[in-house]
Amino acid sequence: MLIYEISSEGRSATAQYEACELENSELPTAQLRVSPIGLPAVSELQVVRHYTGLSKKNFSIDGEFYPLGSCTMKYNPRGALAGAHMPGFLARHPLAPENVSQGYLSCLYDLQEYLKDVTGMRAVSLTPMAGAQGEFAGVAMIRAYHDKAGDSERTEILIPNAAHGTNPATAVMCGYTVREVPVTKEGDVDVDALKAAVGPQTAGLMMTNPSTCGVFERKIQEIAEIVHDAGGLLYYDGANLNAILGKVKPGDMGFDVMHMNLHKTFATPHGGGGPGAGPVGVGKRLEPFVPTPIVGKRSTNGEDEYYWMSDKDIPDTIGNLSAFMGNAGILLRAFAYARLLGNQGMHRVGEYATLNANYMATKMAAAGFKLAYPNRRATHEFVVSMSQEAKELNVNAMDFAKRLLDYGYHAPTTYFPLLVPEALLIEPTETESKEELDGFIEAMTQILQEAKETPELVRSAPITTPVKRLDDVKAARELNLAWKAAD
Amino acid sequence: MPFVPHTSQDEELMLDAIGVESIEDLFDEIPPALRAGVLANTPAGISEQALLRLMSDRSKKDEVDLCFIGAGAYQHHIPSAVWDLVTRGEFMTAYTPYQAEASQGTLQLIYEFQTMITRLTAMEVANASVYDGASALAEAILMAVRANRKSKSRNVLVPGNLHPSYLSTCRNILHNQKINLQVIPYDQQSGCIKQEDLQAFEGEDFAALVIQYPNFFGGLEMADELTTWAHSQGQLVIGVVNPTALALLAPPGTWGDTGADIVVGEGQPLGIPVASGGPYLGFMCCKQAIVRQMPGRIIGKTLDLDGKVGFALTLQAREQHIRRAKATSNICTNQGLLVTAATIYMSLIGDQGLRSIASQSHNGTVQLIGKALEIKGITRRFTSPVFHEVVLELPCRASQVLQQMCTQGILGGYDLGQMDAALENCILVNVTETKTPQDIEDFITSLRAAVEVAAC
Repeated sequence: MLIYEISSEGRSATAQYEACELENSELPTAQLRVSPIGLPAVSELQVVRHYTGLSKKNFSIDGEFYPLGSCTMKYNPRGALAGAHMPGFLARHPLAPENVSQGYLSCLYDLQEYLKDVTGMRAVSLTPMAGAQGEFAGVAMIRAYHDKAGDSERTEILIPNAAHGTNPATAVMCGYTVREVPVTKEGDVDVDALKAAVGPQTAGLMMTNPSTCGVFERKIQEIAEIVHDAGGLLYYDGANLNAILGKVKPGDMGFDVMHMNLHKTFATPHGGGGPGAGPVGVGKRLEPFVPTPIVGKRSTNGEDEYYWMSDKDIPDTIGNLSAFMGNAGILLRAFAYARLLGNQGMHRVGEYATLNANYMATKMAAAGFKLAYPNRRATHEFVVSMSQEAKELNVNAMDFAKRLLDYGYHAPTTYFPLLVPEALLIEPTETESKEELDGFIEAMTQILQEAKETPELVRSAPITTPVKRLDDVKAARELNLAWKAAD
Repeated sequence: MPFVPHTSQDEELMLDAIGVESIEDLFDEIPPALRAGVLANTPAGISEQALLRLMSDRSKKDEVDLCFIGAGAYQHHIPSAVWDLVTRGEFMTAYTPYQAEASQGTLQLIYEFQTMITRLTAMEVANASVYDGASALAEAILMAVRANRKSKSRNVLVPGNLHPSYLSTCRNILHNQKINLQVIPYDQQSGCIKQEDLQAFEGEDFAALVIQYPNFFGGLEMADELTTWAHSQGQLVIGVVNPTALALLAPPGTWGDTGADIVVGEGQPLGIPVASGGPYLGFMCCKQAIVRQMPGRIIGKTLDLDGKVGFALTLQAREQHIRRAKATSNICTNQGLLVTAATIYMSLIGDQGLRSIASQSHNGTVQLIGKALEIKGITRRFTSPVFHEVVLELPCRASQVLQQMCTQGILGGYDLGQMDAALENCILVNVTETKTPQDIEDFITSLRAAVEVAAC
């Protein structure tokens, strides 16, 4: 039932506004709206019940184990939410003067410092609104750097073929062409191929480490040298930062620029697909180009004073990327999370995320599943290939994923990385208990049994969810993107 | 250990299963030289109680009594039910609805959002939202350049009275793709774009014309005339609209000859606190004919195996996770949680509520203007009618007056001198339904005193 289908003309949640008509209006008659707006007409209780009902049709971290690879679905602490929702923060207008913004600015300044510390970067800008916008900012800075040097021949960004789809899409948004670099069977970048690919046309290399294959790039120092020697810069996609938080700093690996996904590593909620926050960190070379605004601190009469740094302070900045200060409230949640964890807690993130993933990988291999990189240590996530099951039992990775929903587990990421056939990318995160991991492995083992005995059951899964498998072809062919009364 | 549930016994069992001695052994593929030492600039962890005390203390430094700043972020009443529902864990801690069967709540809600937004704007289709109003405009311009088959141009006309941060955001995002934004100067008297001003661009090839309605100064553009003119020149029309204003004013789908082609806007007024500028949501609509050029997630209605109605991500072949370098945009999230807030907000207040809120905001603005003009030396800078925001010209520097008002706990408006030195005596003032007649009275008293103190 849609909210429109319980709507009745004349009904209204009248406590929510003061009924009012225009008086002494200066709105020109010719510009007035003549048609109804067309919002639903429902009572307050109907709204509450309808959306409570819809919420129950979702899997979520709060409800279910959610081992979605590359998405870091860890617990989102309620305390961080409560901190960000303090009345003074919610009511603060984005253009309020600095003298009545010291509380907010001090939180942002501190967060910048913590992020510099964990990434080994020289400067951090918090403004990008999501990982993809952080990537954009990063590559735009690479471009600004080469432009400033008058180096207009550098037109190409190198990207390992295991990369997230955002990497090539971002490079194109920044006006670059993309050249893919192959990855070896062991999951490392093919260094010989990289050597052959770099040249005077190379603007930079974008990579994730640990890679999307769930393994650490062992030759990262050599890779950095190859790219730097060719005059290119190194971009770190922070999608997998959770794996190494407190253990390795991207700045130490030789990266010049990176983004962080605070909705992953810093436990801010994913919100059903956003908002995120994708701050960027930069090393020395790109420091002059960081996006604005960033928060500065100065001392006046012995008192700390926080202020906005704009293009007057950073003349070569690539500028602002949003109307105000990015996803400000998400930054406050990340600040709160960093304070709750502290430096010791941050070390533990990488450690226990890695412990959980390696434990699961070991147990799943023992249960008969095929690891895509069996000779490698897992990082915070690992890849299982279901190609054998697909071939022998005609039950594929998607069937397993769907059947998991019936067992009360959210599916892992399916068919990614693209290099591994029938891939399941599994990321448990550090906040899951051993019992939860054992339960998932048990469910996978049972589904494998079902796939052998009653494969049709697995192929037709899920059967316990609000809907069964949906007709995607119909959705795309007979586009219905908004409800009409006749539907 | 905060948020890590492992007991020492768990840890031991797990290490045994893996066949290693310690957690450190799991990092043995990382070159030793790269291992991080201490985090010297990160403090030790604190309890939730200490954290909330800290954040409460800090947030109190930012509290003011009254805020009359708008300029793209507007303080409206938010029904209590909105965020009560939004912060349910099932909405807040879910992710992208890739597994549709386990995400019908989020998917149906976005479909309802798309329906509401298309109705509010009188457009045919909407997406699931992008980051904010400014980035939505950047995406709309890219989309127009792709979608306009009549034009080969990468030049787009934008009004000089566009929100200055929207303009800079668009420039910063688009210049790498060699898209040129040609600014049309606004009329100094009305503050609007006049049709005469467009003549200079006639016969030139532009992919699109951007119309902000109301414009940054709160004024109402002649959207019908501008739309018809742009279409006559082979351009697409991109409307940048305030959703509250559309309760009273002609929606962009009805502008001019055939309506705007792409419509974007900041969804913040629909149930989202001003909260330092985000997270908000950028809404985005277009004509059905160009939907395949639209970026971002789109939800469609379909059927499941049993013929039951369900909702799914659709037209994914436009998106980065499928198309990679050939995608319409690199965007992969929408602002899901804010879409949830806006959808619940629009359901709760309905047509009648949104019209009342818009009327009350307009009435308050008219009232404030009348009283402000009684103060000696204060005039209205532009002649065009406004919705809920107006430019007042003061007899002295705006920054001085605003500073003075601030000492009394009143944020009196946005200092337009920050946008254009020629407007350094001007403030942009917003009134919404949250301001009572007494609040307006307090504003006027404070403004009068501040103007006198500034001795101008």
